[in-house]
Amino acid sequence: MATLELSIGEEVAVTPVRRTRRLGPLFWAAIAWMTFVFVAAALANLLPLPSPTDMDMLERRASMSAQHWLGTDGLGRDELARLIYGARISLIVGLCAPMIGITIGGALGMLAGYFRGRFETLVVGSMDVLLAFPPLILALAVTAYLGQSILNLTCILGVLGIPAFMRVARAATLVLARREFVIAAQGLGATHARILLRELLPNVFLPLFAFFLLGVAVTIVAESALSFLGLGVPPPIPSWGSMIGEGRESLEIAPRLAFLPAVTMFLTVLSFNLVGDALRALTDPRQGAL
Amino acid sequence: MLGFVARRLLYLVPVLIAVSLLTFLIASLLPGDLAYVILGDQATPEKVEALRHDMGLDQPVWWRYISWLGHVLQGDFGRSFRTGQTVLQAVAERLPVSIELMLLAEIIGLAIGVPLAIACAVRSGSAFDRFMTGTAFGMLSVPAFLSAILLIYLFAVELRWLPATGYVPFREDPAGNLRFLVLPALTLAVAEWPGIMRVLRSDMIATLQEDYIALAKAKGLKASRILFVHALKPSSLTLVTITGINIGRLIGGALIVETIFALPGIGRLLVGAIYTRDLIILQGVVLLVAAGFVLMNFVVDMLYAVLDPRIRHGHA
Repeated sequence: MATLELSIGEEVAVTPVRRTRRLGPLFWAAIAWMTFVFVAAALANLLPLPSPTDMDMLERRASMSAQHWLGTDGLGRDELARLIYGARISLIVGLCAPMIGITIGGALGMLAGYFRGRFETLVVGSMDVLLAFPPLILALAVTAYLGQSILNLTCILGVLGIPAFMRVARAATLVLARREFVIAAQGLGATHARILLRELLPNVFLPLFAFFLLGVAVTIVAESALSFLGLGVPPPIPSWGSMIGEGRESLEIAPRLAFLPAVTMFLTVLSFNLVGDALRALTDPRQGAL
Repeated sequence: MLGFVARRLLYLVPVLIAVSLLTFLIASLLPGDLAYVILGDQATPEKVEALRHDMGLDQPVWWRYISWLGHVLQGDFGRSFRTGQTVLQAVAERLPVSIELMLLAEIIGLAIGVPLAIACAVRSGSAFDRFMTGTAFGMLSVPAFLSAILLIYLFAVELRWLPATGYVPFREDPAGNLRFLVLPALTLAVAEWPGIMRVLRSDMIATLQEDYIALAKAKGLKASRILFVHALKPSSLTLVTITGINIGRLIGGALIVETIFALPGIGRLLVGAIYTRDLIILQGVVLLVAAGFVLMNFVVDMLYAVLDPRIRHGHA
């Protein structure tokens, strides 16, 4: 009877290898893809593309050709143009919404972590209320009442991100506020504003920024999910989510109409996750504390 | 322990009140008058005014909130002006579908995630471990509606093994019911297992370095016993935590998955209410789901306290 063949010996007894601080090729591939999507989205108007909303009923679901590089969708609209203009929507919503989160949530978290007391209780309590709603449900309910528009979508997804950013900022501030350089600044008679802005903010910013990139990934997914349900970006504005939703209808005849935006979105979300995670590992306070 | 439960229960009261207030405010302060929605755009101002009066919409907001809350506390969430069904009836009818879906998804997720986590933890740093950790990271970037499309394409369109949409109640046809639920549950599970695996894996790597594992090994206990009994037990805490964190995402995911696969669950009820602007159903369902979510988090907190005495004594 082989009683124990498993190797929970030396191999595991070694402390888990500390993640190397070098950024691998995957990281740079992710950066390259992000740049590519970003440039394409920014220059969409200047590129020699057909209109993303012009329909051509004679050319429905046309396959790839010189005129339509990636073919056309169910309404005869150019797929490549829609992908690129869709990137615009994803990036606008994906970048602006976490911007709201990082500004308000970051400020609240820093103030709560620095001043503590009643204010902290109030902030944490109100965030608990926001967290009491399953995020997608709240987003759906609010867009249903407010009406579908890019601005509304950005605002609601931004507000939903506030609690998470608040937690990250507060946790970082709580640790930093006890550090010597802050105590020294206090001893020198620095004002609260100066300590918050000049001493704490530069240190809190890095973990917040890493979290921001992860927030972009989450927001792009959330926006796509809502648009997929037909409750996000109003048609005919192209969005990856609504393109996947429309492509689902023709999964049997033209699966590429669902898969092209799906792959594009997956790569983009993955890139933001990879870069965000790499930066988070670099700025992890647990490692810095050594 | 009793004091701890009481304190947490007391904390629930303000949270639930705030949740109900927020739900109500979203529904009543935002543009779009319920009376217009019911009567349509063609309604005469007099008719709208009469209906507003009947429904109490001409009262001040705070008064409407109080009276709404009063009804809600008596179990009256209102009824749909489209189907005539009460909110509670509609929810009771659809809740079993959603719960079955989420349970199945969580079971599949655990069935994939736990063995993988153990396999990776035992050989941490190996090629297999690195491959699975990488895969799990990649899977975190695949939202539910994406994997749904992939699974439908693979199993319903190409292989034709499973139906893409539809539903039969479990009582009428258990086998058929499961056939319809496999793909939706699998879709949700695809999003669940990476989180379970990642957290459990790092947890187990730490556990496997403990002295008592070395002792168990020295005593000649079977590998499977060490892994599944001795090493997995302390990680039960982690599993409870992940499950707790996952509930919110699972509810959101269920909403999308139910819509894609045409399952008559809570998510579809909600999306349907949005499409038809059935605001009473919408408001009631959002409140019920949020309250249920708060309560489930409370239960998870309690479980956590049962499993880890440090928490209920305030040492955490």
